[in-house]
Amino acid sequence: MIPFEYRTPKNLKEVHATLKEFGSDAKLIAGGTSLVIMMKQRLVRPSCLVSLRSVRGLNSIEISDGGLRIGGLATHREVESSSLLRRRLPMLTETYHHVATIRVRNMATVGGGLAHADPNQDPPPSLIALGATVKATSADGSRVIPMDDFFTDYYETVLNPDEIVTEVFVPKMAANTAGAYLKFLPRTADDYATVSAAAVLTLDKTHKIISDVRIALGSVGVTPIRATAAEAILRGQPLKAEAFAEAGEKAKEAVDPVSDFRGSAAYKKEMAGVFVRRALEKALANIRQQARVKASPKAAKKTTKKGKKH
Amino acid sequence: MNKKIKLRVNGKKHELEVPTSRLLIDCLRYDLGLTGTKEGCSVGVCGACAVLMDGEMISACLTLAVMADGHDITTVEGLAKNGELNPVQKSFIQYGGFQCGICTPGQVIAATALLAENPRPNEDEIKDWMMGNLCRCTGYYKIIESIQKAHQFVK
Ligand SMILES: Cc1cc2nc3c(=O)[nH]c(=O)nc-3n(C[C@H](O)[C@H](O)[C@H](O)COP(=O)(O)OP(=O)(O)OC[C@H]3O[C@@H](n4cnc5c(N)ncnc54)[C@H](O)[C@@H]3O)c2cc1C
Ligand code: FES
Ligand code: FES
Repeated sequence: MIPFEYRTPKNLKEVHATLKEFGSDAKLIAGGTSLVIMMKQRLVRPSCLVSLRSVRGLNSIEISDGGLRIGGLATHREVESSSLLRRRLPMLTETYHHVATIRVRNMATVGGGLAHADPNQDPPPSLIALGATVKATSADGSRVIPMDDFFTDYYETVLNPDEIVTEVFVPKMAANTAGAYLKFLPRTADDYATVSAAAVLTLDKTHKIISDVRIALGSVGVTPIRATAAEAILRGQPLKAEAFAEAGEKAKEAVDPVSDFRGSAAYKKEMAGVFVRRALEKALANIRQQARVKASPKAAKKTTKKGKKH
Repeated sequence: MNKKIKLRVNGKKHELEVPTSRLLIDCLRYDLGLTGTKEGCSVGVCGACAVLMDGEMISACLTLAVMADGHDITTVEGLAKNGELNPVQKSFIQYGGFQCGICTPGQVIAATALLAENPRPNEDEIKDWMMGNLCRCTGYYKIIESIQKAHQFVK
């Protein structure tokens, strides 16, 4: 690594000032789990690292406007261990649990993970499917960016170098809504996905019509990909088993994977279809489970008891 | 560029000046002479370099020494108290939790962190927790057994 300054500002104002002092040669560092590797490989050579680790108050996880607000400095481990999140949004608990290993999750932060913008990461497809937004803050103020518009290319986002991800917001879910995230791991459990798929499904009151759906995939392009054409096949349609398979087929048209040691492009494309179908099926099963729990709160108690700690 | 940092390693305070690019693993091994912590992959995958920072396991190969400034670090050298091995270490010896030993400092650190949070983990919980600690020798069965039986050595 080439020599660099290391600064530890105590609040956002100091972070902004330090970023200004060093200009685009400075880099933010949070958990360091990606940045340190990229610096070792000399892919990134900042003249100054501006550490976010001493900035307090950016790691809370709380309910707000009926949705959930997650601080940009919350670690992956804090997210997966949050009992609030497990109750309100188990899909995100599961998604963050899928990232690497506990040792990495102890350091990796929500904001750092998003800014890293590797299309093989787990949280982006789920956050896109959930309709989440990112709050980015600079000396000039804050802006809210839909996750849909956040990623622009391999390791690239719409963030400016002086912008800090301070928050992720997941809006309140409509009634009869649930989601699922599936990560296809044919090699080892701690690997990046060969293909991943997230689906969030909303049924109407009668549970017979799909009133809304959002589908996103990971590891199948230079950014996470939203499968809008597949969604269009389902939206407003009656709930039928074949419909999910059709949507899976349609989703294959949206992906453009590369061949690598995790599988050939053709195989990944095929699996993208399979995993979209399965994610939809699981989302549906989760809606039905929620309805059962609502009808009989006793069953709810049982499920929470069975749920594993950590 | 150098920076002065304060580390508490295995209960002992150190003040040292390190290049900002110094990795925690190199700081521990070369600046402090604590060579128990091993470097395997250097990219966060293998777990050989696992140490505890304020009780949480992290990869010393992905952490800059300056990031540990002001924090408490525990390495494998710090697990024994007054010359007596900790329950995990005793159990690894008793139940054959290692062969060549290169992965063992990381395994023992990770298992110690697990038992601090969950004193009687079941097999699934052990596998989930230890997933990031690779071993080329044991086939993992003996490691799991050692962790499962470590409670026998808790006084
Ligand atoms: C061994 C290993 C396995 C992994 N496996 C997976 C996996 O299976 N699935 C998965 O999803 N990910 C995986 N990852 C990637 C991991 O999720 C990221 O490394 C992590 O989320 C990055 O967060 P960080 O806080 O460590 O970021 P850092 O490494 O500190 O920073 C990453 C980038 O984000 C910038 N940055 C940091 N914080 C902010 C902020 N608040 N605002 C704006 N920019 C910021 C930095 O400047 C840098 O460019 C793995 C990583 C490792 C090392
Ligand atoms: S050497 Fe750090 S995880 Fe392998
Ligand atoms: S004992 Fe040899 S690698 Fe684990």
